[in-house]
Amino acid sequence: MVNPQIQAFGLNLWFGKNQVLNDIDLSVHTNKVTAMIGPSGCGKSTLLRCFNRMNDLIPETRITGKVTLGDRDIYAPGTDVTGIRSQVGMVFQKPNPFPKSIFNNVAYGLQVQDAVKNRSELADRVEASLQAAWLWDEVKNRLHSSAMSLSGGQQQRLCMARALATSPLVLLLDEPTSALDPQSTAKIEELCLELKNSVTILIVTHNVAQAGRISEYTAFMYLGELVEFGTTEKMFTVPADKRTEAYLTGVFG
Amino acid sequence: MKILKEKLFQVITYAAALFTIASLLGIIAGIFGRGLPFFGKVSLPEFLFTNSWYPTHAEQSFGAWALIAGSLAVTLGALAIAIPLGLGSAIFIAEIASSRLREIAKPVIELLAGIPSVVYGLFGMAFLAPLVRQWFDLDSGLNLFTASVILGVMIVPIVSSLSEDALSAVPHNIREASLALGATRAETIFKAVVPAAKSGIIGSVLLGFGRAIGETMVVLMVSGGAARIPGSIFDSVRPLTSTIAAEMGETVMCDLHFQSLFALAILLFAITFVTNLLSEAAFGKRRHG
Repeated sequence: MVNPQIQAFGLNLWFGKNQVLNDIDLSVHTNKVTAMIGPSGCGKSTLLRCFNRMNDLIPETRITGKVTLGDRDIYAPGTDVTGIRSQVGMVFQKPNPFPKSIFNNVAYGLQVQDAVKNRSELADRVEASLQAAWLWDEVKNRLHSSAMSLSGGQQQRLCMARALATSPLVLLLDEPTSALDPQSTAKIEELCLELKNSVTILIVTHNVAQAGRISEYTAFMYLGELVEFGTTEKMFTVPADKRTEAYLTGVFG
Repeated sequence: MKILKEKLFQVITYAAALFTIASLLGIIAGIFGRGLPFFGKVSLPEFLFTNSWYPTHAEQSFGAWALIAGSLAVTLGALAIAIPLGLGSAIFIAEIASSRLREIAKPVIELLAGIPSVVYGLFGMAFLAPLVRQWFDLDSGLNLFTASVILGVMIVPIVSSLSEDALSAVPHNIREASLALGATRAETIFKAVVPAAKSGIIGSVLLGFGRAIGETMVVLMVSGGAARIPGSIFDSVRPLTSTIAAEMGETVMCDLHFQSLFALAILLFAITFVTNLLSEAAFGKRRHG
């Protein structure tokens, strides 16, 4: 097995006095799709946000344990948080393009990270990212119109392109299709399968079938604990924990 | 009985709205009725673009260019103070302050808006003007600079509170998107949040402009009052508003001078009307995405 891309060791997280994550140990394999499933409020989105330190934004958050990206401890004192975030792309539940042009949306990360030397390199990277997110053909003639003029599904692929532009090691997807119609959802799912050759994907989903379709590994979380983690194939056929089995068969959720 | 009460209530509110609109129309009719005849005697280009405001000389002339320049100079000076202060405090309150500090800072800044303009004027005359005179070694502290500073501080609450509304209305997920791309907090504010709030911020500046150009008491008290085109920021100026206020008492009802002041009023009305339309358009653009 290749070295894991992201690892959590004994990770606990509190919002105020409320413990949201409880002693999580997890290894996310490089260039695979890992799905995180579980009922609402189980902490799967919070866990996802630990991996690019987005929980830092929430006041009174306290974290113990260790999270590594490659061999870096991302919660070590003095860590450059923006540096971490520039290696970890994120796509959110609701498409959230900037109210800027399509081009400038994709260029944003490259510009704030000073990742390109000149305008032609910027244009090349923007095009490559839009290609990678399968949006190029739909927008190549209107790169300078507002991103708000795109459909919801296109906006979400634009957000994928924006996250991919800076060539992150990891792509965190937080229920990326929950606000989309079935066709747009299918497109995002196919895109994930295509992208996993070059980037490690962690996807939080409410949709068990979606986890089954696109992931190689699945983590099942319940009440802030990681109940079960393994290959999707094994978990979906012979779940080890009876809570996993109950969730997968729709007894609760 | 109940239905009658209901009807009566509707009629009363209807009448109130009608009366408000009627008074606006009445004001417009009054100003234009008195002011328009002026343009039969003095041509519009002469009124707007010549620099010779001598309404009481034997050889009367009504070139208002110096007054217009005075108004624009004071207003732009005020904006030069109010935009950085107002936008800066809006960014601080909306993006940086803790929620406890925000609860204090926001109402305190808005308190500035509740101070009567004559109090600003008094402060300008009694405290700021002597200091300005001393600091810059001038003959008088009543000038464009002092008026701009006082007026600028006066319109800070307008720029600040409306800009703050615009910034706060930017969805949180825009900030998250920016931070997740590795932007710092400052980059997020200046490259993502402020651009997203752009139309509301422009609207707030336009409203501040409209408020400043229409303000009378402060400029009457601290701008010095000389009807000439300012050559430096320490020159005395005489804006449109203070001209009307200062000269109305000297006129004879319905003589040319009296009419000329109404012509100035039409000009002011036109400027603030257009400014309000533009800011309304800017805010409307924000509301409709």
